[in-house]
Amino acid sequence: MYSLFSVAFIARRIPLAWLQLTREKIRLLVALAGIAFACILMFIQLGFQDSLLESAIRFHVALKGEIFLVSPQSNALIAMNTFSQRRLYQTLGFEGVRAISPVYVGFALWKNPETRRTRSIFVVGVDPSADLLDLPELTPDKLEEIKKADVVLFDRRSRSEFGPIPEWLESGREVVTEVGNRRVQVGGLFEMGATFGADGTILTSDLNFLRIFPQRGRGLVDIGVVQLQPGVDPDPLVRQMRALLPEDVRVLSRAEFIDMEQTYWEEGTAIGFIFGLGVVMGFIVGIVIVYQILYTDVSDHLAEYATLKAMGYTDTYLLGVVFQEAILLAGLGYIPAFALSVLLYDLTANATLLPIAMTFNRAVLVLGLAVSMCFISGAIAVRRLRAADPADIF
Amino acid sequence: MLTPLLDQAALTSAQNAVEPVVKAEGVNHYFGEGSLRKQILFDINFVLQPGEIVLLTGPSGSGKTTLLTLLGALRSVQEGSLQVLGQELRGAQPSTLIQIRRQVGYIFQAHNLLRSLTAAQNVRMALELHNGLAPQQVQQRAEEMLAAVGLGDRVHSYPEQLSGGQKQRVAIARALVSHPKLVLADEPTAALDSKSGREVVTLMEKLAREQGCTILMVTHDNRILDIADRVLHMEDGRLESQAVA
Ligand SMILES: Nc1ncnc2c1ncn2[C@@H]1O[C@H](COP(=O)(O)OP(=O)(O)O)[C@@H](O)[C@H]1O
Ligand SMILES: [Mg+2]
Repeated sequence: MYSLFSVAFIARRIPLAWLQLTREKIRLLVALAGIAFACILMFIQLGFQDSLLESAIRFHVALKGEIFLVSPQSNALIAMNTFSQRRLYQTLGFEGVRAISPVYVGFALWKNPETRRTRSIFVVGVDPSADLLDLPELTPDKLEEIKKADVVLFDRRSRSEFGPIPEWLESGREVVTEVGNRRVQVGGLFEMGATFGADGTILTSDLNFLRIFPQRGRGLVDIGVVQLQPGVDPDPLVRQMRALLPEDVRVLSRAEFIDMEQTYWEEGTAIGFIFGLGVVMGFIVGIVIVYQILYTDVSDHLAEYATLKAMGYTDTYLLGVVFQEAILLAGLGYIPAFALSVLLYDLTANATLLPIAMTFNRAVLVLGLAVSMCFISGAIAVRRLRAADPADIF
Repeated sequence: MLTPLLDQAALTSAQNAVEPVVKAEGVNHYFGEGSLRKQILFDINFVLQPGEIVLLTGPSGSGKTTLLTLLGALRSVQEGSLQVLGQELRGAQPSTLIQIRRQVGYIFQAHNLLRSLTAAQNVRMALELHNGLAPQQVQQRAEEMLAAVGLGDRVHSYPEQLSGGQKQRVAIARALVSHPKLVLADEPTAALDSKSGREVVTLMEKLAREQGCTILMVTHDNRILDIADRVLHMEDGRLESQAVA
C-alpha cells in the first residue's frame, strides 16, 4: 500500500502547493472552516431565494391552462386586482379555445379551531366542475364536496398555526371554523404547500368564495384561465387576443404568467436585494479569509520562494503555486460546505415547509463563486511575491 | 632558445582553449539613487578556471555578497563585463539570467530549505528544473546525493528534524545534485560550529573534485584556507589576490 502510494507520488513533480498548504494542519483547518462558512452562507442565501421564487409559483404551476388573463394592475397573487368577466368570455370567440374558467383569489382571516386564534389564509375559488387544478389528492369527489355551501378543502401542507386540521379530519372528526366571519366546514384535504406569500391555502367553489368575500362584486375575476384545444400553438393566439381585447386586461402566456410572479418577488420587493447582499457578504468574507491565508503563506515562505528563484524557478512557477493553493482551498472548503448545506436545506424544508433543496445549478454556481473568490484573493496575495527578490534576501 | 618559447606558446594556447568559468572585467556596482548613490564594487577583474576552488575573504561590508549575487545572475550587472559559463550577463535577457541560475549551484549562509518538504524533496526541487529525467530517476539521484553528504538515513526528514550541520549538508546536496559547473557559496559555515563547519567544507571540496566543478566560497574562517587553490581578498569593494599560504 505504502509503496504503491509512493510510486504514484514519485510519478509526478513535487506538488509544492499541496505540501505547503498541508504542512500546517491547524492553520489549514481554520482556513477551510472559514471558506466552508462563506460557501454555506452563499448556499443558504441562494437556496432561500430559489425556494422563494419556486414556492411563489406553486399555484401557477398547478393551474391547467395555456393562456391567462389578469388585470393590468395585478403584480402577484398577494397583490391582485380584478377585471371584468366579460373579457374572459370574449376569448371564447377565438379559434382554438376549448374552455375558459374564472379563478378568484384573496386573503381572509382563518380561525384556528383549536386555539381560536386568527391568521391570514390564501383563499382560492374555482368552478368545481371545471378540470382546472393539478394538485395531489385533489380528486373529483373532493371537488364534489365544495359544491355544497360553505364547504372548503384545506391544504394539508399549510403551516401548523392554522390548527391540526389534517389530524382531525383523518381521525374522523368534523372540522368547522370561521373564515372571514363566515362559518365553513372543511370537507377534505389537498396538497400544495406554503409559499413566502401565503402560510396556508384553502380551496372552495366560486360561489362559496363570494360568500366569504361578500364585498366582491359579481362579474369581477382575478385570473382568467384559457384552455386550448390539443395541438394549438398558444403564442399566435396570445398575440391576437392582445391586439383585439381592450387595454383593461392583460393577456399572458403560461411562461409570462409565471414570470410575472417571480419578477414581483425578485425585483418588486427587497427580497432579491437582501438575498443578493447575503451572497455578496459570503463572497467577501471568503475573499478576506483566503487572502489572509495566502498572504501569510507567501510571507512565511518569502526566503524559500526567493531561494527557488535563485535556483532558476520562474515567477510564473511561483504564481502557479499561489494560485494552486487558492484552488485547493476553494475545493477543500467547498466539499464540507456542500454536505452541510444539503443538511441545512433539509432542516429548513422541514421547519418552514418551503421547497428548499440542493440543485445542480446552484451547486455549480457556488463552486464557481468559491473558485473566483479564491482566485481574487490569490491575485491580491501574489503581489507579495515581488518581495521575494533573491538579490535582497541574502 | 626556440624550444622553450614554443613550449610557452603551446601552454598559452592550451590555457586559452579552456574557457574560463567566470571572467570579470572592470565590473563596478552601485547601490542607491541620486545623491545617495554609493559605489560598492570598484573595477573588479578576475578569472575562475574550471575545477578551481577559490576562497573570497574580506571584512564585513566589503562587497563579497554583492559580487556573488552578480555572479549568480540574481542582480543585473551595471558596468563592466561579467561572463559566467560563457554568457555575458551585462544587459542579458531575464530568460538568460534564469538559464544561468539553473546552471549555478548556490549555497546560502542560511540553509534556506523549504520547510514543507523533506530532505529528498528539497533536493528534487533542484533536479526538476532540468528536463529529461524520469521521476524515478529523479528520486534515486536525490537519495544518492543525500547519501553522498552522509544523510542516506535522513531522506524523509523535514528540515526542522535536522541539526544545523545536517541542514547545510542538504543545501549542499541540493546545490550539487544537478552537477553545476559553478558553485557559489556565501559563508556556508557561518551558522555552524567549527567541527560541523569543517565537515561541510571538506565535503564540498570532495564533491567538487569528483564532479570537477568550480567553487567560489566566501568565508571568514581562516582554518579552512587549506582547501583552496587560490584566495581572493576584498577590501572596500576592491579585489586583491593573495597567494595560498
Ligand atoms: N540592497 C542594498 N541596498 C543598498 N546597499 C546595500 C545593499 N546590499 C548591500 N548593500 C551595501 O553594500 C555593501 C556591501 O555589502 P555586502 O556585499 O553584503 O558585503 P559583505 O557580503 O562583504 O559583507 C555594504 O555597505 C552594504 O551596506
Ligand atoms: Mg555577505
